[in-house]
Amino acid sequence: MASFWSLWVIVLTSLTIILITWILFANRTRDQNTEGNTTGHVYDGIEEYDNPLPSWWFGMFLLTIVFGVGYLVIYPGLGNYQGLLGWSSIEQHDRAVAKADEKYRDMRDRYLAMPIEEIASDPAVRKMGMRMFSNNCAQCHGADGKGAYGFPNLTDDDWIYGGTPEAIKATLVNGRQAAMPAWGSILGDQGIAETTAYVMSLSGRDVDDSLASAGEKHFQTYCAACHQADGTGNQALGAPNLTNGIWLYGGSAEQIAHTLRAGRNGVMPAFKDTLTEDKIHILTAYVYGLNQ
Amino acid sequence: MSELNSALEHPTYNYKVVRQFAVMTVVWGIVGMLVGVLIAAQLAWPALNMGVEWLHFGRLRPLHTNAVIFAFGGCALFATSYYIVQRTCQVRLISDGLAAMTFWGWQLVILCAAISLPMGWTSGKEYAELEWPIDLLITVVWVLYAIVFFGTIIKRKVKHIYVANWFLGSFIITVAVLHIMNSMAIPVAATKSYSVYAGTVDAMVQWWYGHNAVGFFLTAGFLGMMYYFVPKQAERPVYSYRLSIVHFWALVAVYIWAGPHHLHYTALPDWAQSLGMVMSLILLAPSWGGMINGMMTLSGAWHKLRTDPILRFLVVSLSFYGMSTFEGPMMSIKTVNALSHYTDWTIGHVHSGALGWVAMISIGCLYHLFPILFGKERMYSISLINTHFWMSTIGTVLYIASMWVNGIMQGLMWRAYNQDGTLTYSFVESVAASYPGYVVRVLGGAIFFAGMLVMAYNVYMTARKDVEAQPAPAAASVA
Repeated sequence: MASFWSLWVIVLTSLTIILITWILFANRTRDQNTEGNTTGHVYDGIEEYDNPLPSWWFGMFLLTIVFGVGYLVIYPGLGNYQGLLGWSSIEQHDRAVAKADEKYRDMRDRYLAMPIEEIASDPAVRKMGMRMFSNNCAQCHGADGKGAYGFPNLTDDDWIYGGTPEAIKATLVNGRQAAMPAWGSILGDQGIAETTAYVMSLSGRDVDDSLASAGEKHFQTYCAACHQADGTGNQALGAPNLTNGIWLYGGSAEQIAHTLRAGRNGVMPAFKDTLTEDKIHILTAYVYGLNQ
Repeated sequence: MSELNSALEHPTYNYKVVRQFAVMTVVWGIVGMLVGVLIAAQLAWPALNMGVEWLHFGRLRPLHTNAVIFAFGGCALFATSYYIVQRTCQVRLISDGLAAMTFWGWQLVILCAAISLPMGWTSGKEYAELEWPIDLLITVVWVLYAIVFFGTIIKRKVKHIYVANWFLGSFIITVAVLHIMNSMAIPVAATKSYSVYAGTVDAMVQWWYGHNAVGFFLTAGFLGMMYYFVPKQAERPVYSYRLSIVHFWALVAVYIWAGPHHLHYTALPDWAQSLGMVMSLILLAPSWGGMINGMMTLSGAWHKLRTDPILRFLVVSLSFYGMSTFEGPMMSIKTVNALSHYTDWTIGHVHSGALGWVAMISIGCLYHLFPILFGKERMYSISLINTHFWMSTIGTVLYIASMWVNGIMQGLMWRAYNQDGTLTYSFVESVAASYPGYVVRVLGGAIFFAGMLVMAYNVYMTARKDVEAQPAPAAASVA
């Protein structure tokens, strides 16, 4: 901070502490004879004794002031003055992290050097992974990893961005940003109804054939680029398979029509700044192991 | 009491505005605490939001805090300060018209809050959620309040200014400064505005306001109440004039610094955190000065506690005040705060002050006031006051004990880790473990709330012209 503001903090702090110390001592009296005398003021029948300050209270007050001054000498507090110890909260955090790193590094390095397929069934890894999953992933994907509306089930064989260890790790490290466009204005109500019928037919459901055959044309024009001509999807683009009856946003006609009309923009956050490489490795092994 | 009784017809004092505020204190107390019990129940049984957006926790929680602090506490402060300033200055309020405007203006503020908060119109600042048009209305009412209060002090017929008025005066001035500084915002619509401050500065201004809402609204103001009603009810002189000088100046000088302890281990610079902690610790003795002065005023009158439940309210509220002003400085120490922050301990701490101190001293003062305001010898039923006293005490103890247990448990669960370096518990496990505490809290809150209903009945029966007060019970039956 600018040296003016630093001085401002120092002066105001010092003045406040000096003021309260002065008022404490200025009202101290060793003369015990005042005890039981009143000040002579009467307010609506209320009088006031002129009793001295209780000595234990005086001592306690003084002690907190002395502690406060001492603390401000040792720790940062007075503007830009860093304190005798040079302590800072960032440095305290870094020290704690370094200590933990030292303690756990060997174990994690050992796992980091091992392939994910191998450690996925290791009970110690599964335990660690489960705890990390509970605190970082379960909020969306559920404590059991079975997902929820809009959040993929991680225990089945259907992977939107791929289920290989490498793909899962990439998802964890960098996150995913889904981009299903909104087709409502292009297809119109009739076009949405037709495409919906066709998409539903892809997973073998009974639909109105005339609607579906009209929808197929739309599908091949607008959808096949990502979801493939046969609707089996494309993991490289994060385009879900539409033929297996697994629906991230619901598989009813109404829900599919809504997805087509308004689009979908699911977000998986990136964890590279939250979790270290070794932790992501263990978490990847846990997620990989969920459907093994 | 007879000379107080005749004061009703006393031509000098304006009791009408005191009576209006006193009655509304009970009404808003019931409303605010009912909402509190509902949201406490929602935390134990979330389905109680019933899927209605206006009844969701996020909207009702600010309604609860605003209702109990500014509606219940605010009306109590208006009522008692208007009473105290007249009685201790021996002069009528300078303007009945302005006083009436503060009453109707404040009720309008409360009504606006009761509508806008469930609608979800909020500035998002804790304890300052009301949107800018209501903030402007508050400012106007508050300026009128200051004019009435200080105008009456200027006109006083007594040479000195009584200590209660020092505290009330500091409360009125500081709350005005806090409210204006913290609520500065740029309106974008009638129901939406954005703070002029950003990021960490906004957080610091918010907690400078937030902590001093506690310090000046809920502490200095209520100490003013204490300094009049405790010596009055105990019929004893105030213990030490010197002590009141030292603890008043130290309290107002130091409280204003304590806000940063709400932001320990955040983006707030270390120096500000340290200052907040140091000043919070120094605040212990000035806070306790008020407790000592209240408690020791009873020396020579302790026997009155056996027969006078009003005095019990006042003394027990001072005990809770002493306890929570010890707890506060302890919680402001960084190492303690590292455990207690973000847990239910904070909520327990707030309620030992809010229920134990603020509500109980207000209730005690109101029981002293109502017979005077309604021209009666005493409250309709002394034994119902005693019932209320025990309900309030038991309710408060259940509330704060359950939150202590929950808070310390949550703090320990969140920091526990395994031999492999992973956290032992997921967050949701700490929520599940908190469930019994949440249920006990609902119970404690409900008992405290039910006590307010007992009070309302007692006040109603006292106000009725056709009902005589019940005979005062024998000492043994009250004790």
